[in-house]
Amino acid sequence: MRTLTKLPGSPNAEADVASESAHARKAQVGRNKGDGPLARDVTHDQGQGNASHSRQHESAIKHVTGRAAYIDDMPAPADALHVALGWSPVAHGRLTRLELERVKASPGVVDVITFVDIPGHTDVGPIFPGDPLFVDDAISYLGQCLFAVAADSHKAARFAVTQAGIEIDERPASLDPVAAAEREEFVRPTHVQESGDWQQVLEGAPHVLAGEQFVGGQEHFYLEGQACLVAPTEDEGVIVYTSNQHPSETQKLVAEVLDIPFHAVTVETRRMGGGFGGKETQASPWACIAAIIARRTGRTTRIRLPRAEDMRATGKRHPFHNRYRLGFDDQGVLLGGDITVIGDCGYSPDLSEAIVDRAMFHADNAYSLGQVRVTGQRARTHTASNTAFRGFGGPQGMMVIEAAMDDIARQVGEDPLTVRKRNLYRAGRDITHYGQRVEQLTLLHDIVSQLEESSDYWARRQAIRQYNAKSPIIKKGLALTPVKFGISFTAKHLNQAGALLHVYTDGSVMINHGGTEMGQGLHTKVCQVVARELGLDMDQVRISATRTDKVPNTSPTAASSGADLNGMAAKDAASQLRERLLDFAATHFNAEQGGLDREGLRLENGTLIAGDGPDAKRIPWGELVQAAYLGRISLSAKGFYSTPLIHYDRETAKGRPFYYYAHGASVSEVSVDTLSGEYQVTRVDILHDVGDSLNPAIDIGQVEGGFIQGMGWLTTEELKWNEAGRLVSDGPATYKIPAFGDLPEVFNVALMQGHPNSQASIYRSKAVGEPPFMLAISVWSALRDALSSLTDYHKSPALDTPATPERVLLAAESLRQAAVHGTDADDSE
Amino acid sequence: MSVASSNNNVADPAMIDFYLNGKRRQCADIPPDCSMLELLRGPLGHTGTKEGCASGDCGACTVAIGEPTADGSLNYHTVNACITPAHQAQGAHLVTVEGLSRGDALHPAQAAMVECHASQCGFCTPGIVMSLFVLHETQRTRPAPFTQQRLESALGGNLCRCTGYRPIRDAALQMADQPDTHPTWADDPSLPGAVASLCRDVMGRTEGASPGHYTIPRSLEALRELKRERPEARLVAGATDLWLETTQQLKPLDDLIDVSRVEELNRVEAHPEGWWVGAAVTYSRLAPLLDAEFPAFGRLLHRFASMQIRNRGTLGGNVANASPIGDCPPVLLALDARLLLDGPDGERDMPIDAFFLDYKQTALKANEFIRGIFLPRSEARQLKVWKLSKRREDDISAVLAAFAWRLEDGVMRDVRLAFGGMAAIPLRVPAAEAALEGQKPDEAAFAEAKRALRRELSPMSDVRGSAEYRLVAASNLLERLRLSLDMIPTDNGMEVMLDAYAH
Repeated sequence: MRTLTKLPGSPNAEADVASESAHARKAQVGRNKGDGPLARDVTHDQGQGNASHSRQHESAIKHVTGRAAYIDDMPAPADALHVALGWSPVAHGRLTRLELERVKASPGVVDVITFVDIPGHTDVGPIFPGDPLFVDDAISYLGQCLFAVAADSHKAARFAVTQAGIEIDERPASLDPVAAAEREEFVRPTHVQESGDWQQVLEGAPHVLAGEQFVGGQEHFYLEGQACLVAPTEDEGVIVYTSNQHPSETQKLVAEVLDIPFHAVTVETRRMGGGFGGKETQASPWACIAAIIARRTGRTTRIRLPRAEDMRATGKRHPFHNRYRLGFDDQGVLLGGDITVIGDCGYSPDLSEAIVDRAMFHADNAYSLGQVRVTGQRARTHTASNTAFRGFGGPQGMMVIEAAMDDIARQVGEDPLTVRKRNLYRAGRDITHYGQRVEQLTLLHDIVSQLEESSDYWARRQAIRQYNAKSPIIKKGLALTPVKFGISFTAKHLNQAGALLHVYTDGSVMINHGGTEMGQGLHTKVCQVVARELGLDMDQVRISATRTDKVPNTSPTAASSGADLNGMAAKDAASQLRERLLDFAATHFNAEQGGLDREGLRLENGTLIAGDGPDAKRIPWGELVQAAYLGRISLSAKGFYSTPLIHYDRETAKGRPFYYYAHGASVSEVSVDTLSGEYQVTRVDILHDVGDSLNPAIDIGQVEGGFIQGMGWLTTEELKWNEAGRLVSDGPATYKIPAFGDLPEVFNVALMQGHPNSQASIYRSKAVGEPPFMLAISVWSALRDALSSLTDYHKSPALDTPATPERVLLAAESLRQAAVHGTDADDSE
Repeated sequence: MSVASSNNNVADPAMIDFYLNGKRRQCADIPPDCSMLELLRGPLGHTGTKEGCASGDCGACTVAIGEPTADGSLNYHTVNACITPAHQAQGAHLVTVEGLSRGDALHPAQAAMVECHASQCGFCTPGIVMSLFVLHETQRTRPAPFTQQRLESALGGNLCRCTGYRPIRDAALQMADQPDTHPTWADDPSLPGAVASLCRDVMGRTEGASPGHYTIPRSLEALRELKRERPEARLVAGATDLWLETTQQLKPLDDLIDVSRVEELNRVEAHPEGWWVGAAVTYSRLAPLLDAEFPAFGRLLHRFASMQIRNRGTLGGNVANASPIGDCPPVLLALDARLLLDGPDGERDMPIDAFFLDYKQTALKANEFIRGIFLPRSEARQLKVWKLSKRREDDISAVLAAFAWRLEDGVMRDVRLAFGGMAAIPLRVPAAEAALEGQKPDEAAFAEAKRALRRELSPMSDVRGSAEYRLVAASNLLERLRLSLDMIPTDNGMEVMLDAYAH
């Protein structure tokens, strides 16, 4: 019958040599020839079938051959337009005149648009208003968009932009978030979490210590900059191809800006060349601008931001100013106190409400704070609107308590690890300052003690003390820091996901879901989930692109939630389809004998199996699918998932905002040249909790990559603005992300075994995108440890971040000066 | 722009004529300011090579250029296509990520990347694969152990934001275990000869752009003549700085003279008193001489930009550029190097001290060019070169210190203390030199030298460091010098600097 394709792999088919050698090759994955594992040997087959395999990234071969297409690689019609944007050259003021005649007359220019050309909504603020697509009147940061030029080449458009006449009534720029907070210039109201009588604790505590720190921001530095390609459709709409973590929001904003219904806009994201949070809200404006031009001209329109423009125009990780005042006992155990975190939000709210909230939720990291007040302020400054970035405020919040742990340890004369362990959440001290109970207490303690052991912490501590006592210039430092990171969007409604699964009549499977692929391996994991549910090999499951017309109303791929939410939605779809097929099979096959035993039916290794042992009946998957099709059974299913249990009441500042916590710990060792401030991270040991891993190779990749990215944040990645509010570290020449040589010489990374998620997450795995980022705090703490040796570990040096060689040197100088003059270099008391 | 693929050998002077992944390509009407990346992604439709920064700092656009060698093979090196002039493909074999696999069979560099899970978002991956390809090629022709330094050298110019590099390191280490798959073009024994022949052929042409000029003279005489005719024309060798003017500042680059193939500018000549280094000699070609004769200078190169840049950048360019934060000028000042300037009005010799006048102002006249740099030989001279930057690899100096001296009867003689990053020009600090000249390297002498340094220098604060940091650090580097001299007699085994940064 021609209706159905001929299926390969029927029982008498020849053995497939090619696929056998492919399997042999896969057996080599993660292994090197020679004397055993390198930095990390992945664990295979934990008895979870396809879902636990260290499968390679679904696009790996396309990546290495250059066949993986990113937005700017997509072919466009010959008459496609290229857009360049005109940016505000000042940080604050009023736009008094915008002369664009020469821009319009510039060679190759086809269209020029400004604020007045926006058909619909002019504000593209994602949650709260405040982000005008183009400046109308008020200018709020240097790099804010004034106008857009479409030309027949990228160069022509960029050149035309330079022809604009811009007049601005310039005002002084507010660039200091602390000063802004004092003036109560906030983008959102201050939020406070309180537990117990913290004031009384501070009055009665045997010891009280106060400290202050600046925690720098971070540029995402996704290798692929912001990019989109927008084609007009035959009705009033557009199709938007975009490098984007939140296609549904872009769909909404494009529709609102064009003043058309949402169903006229389709947004597609195949993959991003990195996102890290920087394409959650900040990918939308470019799509909106391109959409306006595409509709006005009827031509496909392309935008990609040159690196320096991308860095100036888009928001970053929030810099924070943190303060603590904490009481503790003689053992260094926290009794309570007061913590304030001030996020530098830039000019508009963007996601800052939730980001500063998350900093507050993580001001405890893994420690019971006692009776405490945590205050979060959202300062408005004249910079780009700071936005999501891996950890979403969590890392900045954790920094305050990790600083306090070091400081308290010096104060009570204990090793910082001892003080950290004494303060870990434990039975009787297991409720956070926002009222959530910390489950899996043993896990947290097990991770720390296993790592303490495997990293040989105490022997190295002794060796380092001895080394430092003899070495006048080079000082070594060591630190172990834990991570406890809450998993779920704190905006409850975002904790939902959908999936759409199709089985075609050759047995091949297509899955779509709401998550986007930015390199984190989400599509690989979701394919593994579907393959496992249907008993198939992963090769039979394909994912295309994330599209708003396949799965609607999706949440951003953020908050580490991609696999948790979309994996569950895909599982829902796949299990529906499986049950439907099994129901069908039970009555269809063996009908003369009254059908098959429904209870004993299962899908394994591409086969429907009925019964057990030698009598088991086996029907190939393809045959089952074709029979179901002819039997008029739907071969498509949609899945849905919403996270249970979670709630948070902002009025009372209490609740259970997180479904569960992901944990980890790391030990870092550094060598510091105290004459030059140069340092090296010489050894790192990590033990990280991903529950039962969906894909150990991918999870290890997230842990390692997150750690190194976090290390960059705390060490070399320095954002600098000049007095006029211009970002001067606006490219890779001046903004230094970790390079190959920054990889620690010894880098032992392991996944915690034997602790499945206590919550019913997808196959009891845990989210892994963000939590490992904060493991890098041990690098910063190790640097402080090395510096502290200059005072024989009596003082805890102030060390703002990023701890560049400059900051390390100046901290060392300050400690040495204090030693000479007998003054106290440590202002934390 | 137009593109043709052909095997005919008719030379068209205005055409970029080269081999791309084993196939002859001829591209006409390519403007002078077109980069190799724009040529690839635009007219040639090869979008596998990515643009990450358009400034030569991230390596996403890394491609390999194969140049004919004397022994009849092709020698491959990496370049950043985003800041390499398209016209420099002339007569070469350009290899891109699309050209490595053999059908579906992956090249070892690619297969190792897949097996080690070394790509996540995949955007930097083509560049990393190309750096690994060249590492693999080099290993095939000149095998040597994959030391950490060698891997850093090969991969330090490729930024990856996702993986943290561990799997990339593993991939480099396990390329050799992969099946020896090579692209079909590598099986073609006639390719190196064909490239060599094309190279000779196109070298006979000088003009290669329209509209505008991209002229590639081959001889000193031709270069002099061009500078007479077009004194305002910009000179380009590696383009590693010049090209940023077009990609970052959108300045026109429509009148260019490419000195990279001027025979006389490509020589390194040994003389009894020292070495003449042609201005167009790249760092990669200069490295063996420096390693052998000026090891401290040689080590600086490991932290000087990236392999991709060192493969194109030239010492002459670094001097002519006259940036106050260029890495080499302070070293040349400390070495008492001389420059040979040339032009239609004749040649002249000049001590390097006299060359840097003010911020980016030099003694070079409009119609002149640097022909060579003389590095004086001295058996007794000692040299230390220390670079401070935010990131150890591929970063620009906040401070660069180059100290030269010789010890005579326990006292320091011919002391030369040169700094970059401490003023508007790279400079020596005579007052500090005087404080050490004729003195024992003791605390008192160095204390005086440090005081002189603080008196004489008033660096500025910028994105790379504050004035205070620069002053403290520069002064501390003098202290490091004292300690490193002090350590020789009373070595207690404790290092005073981190080996990965400085020796």
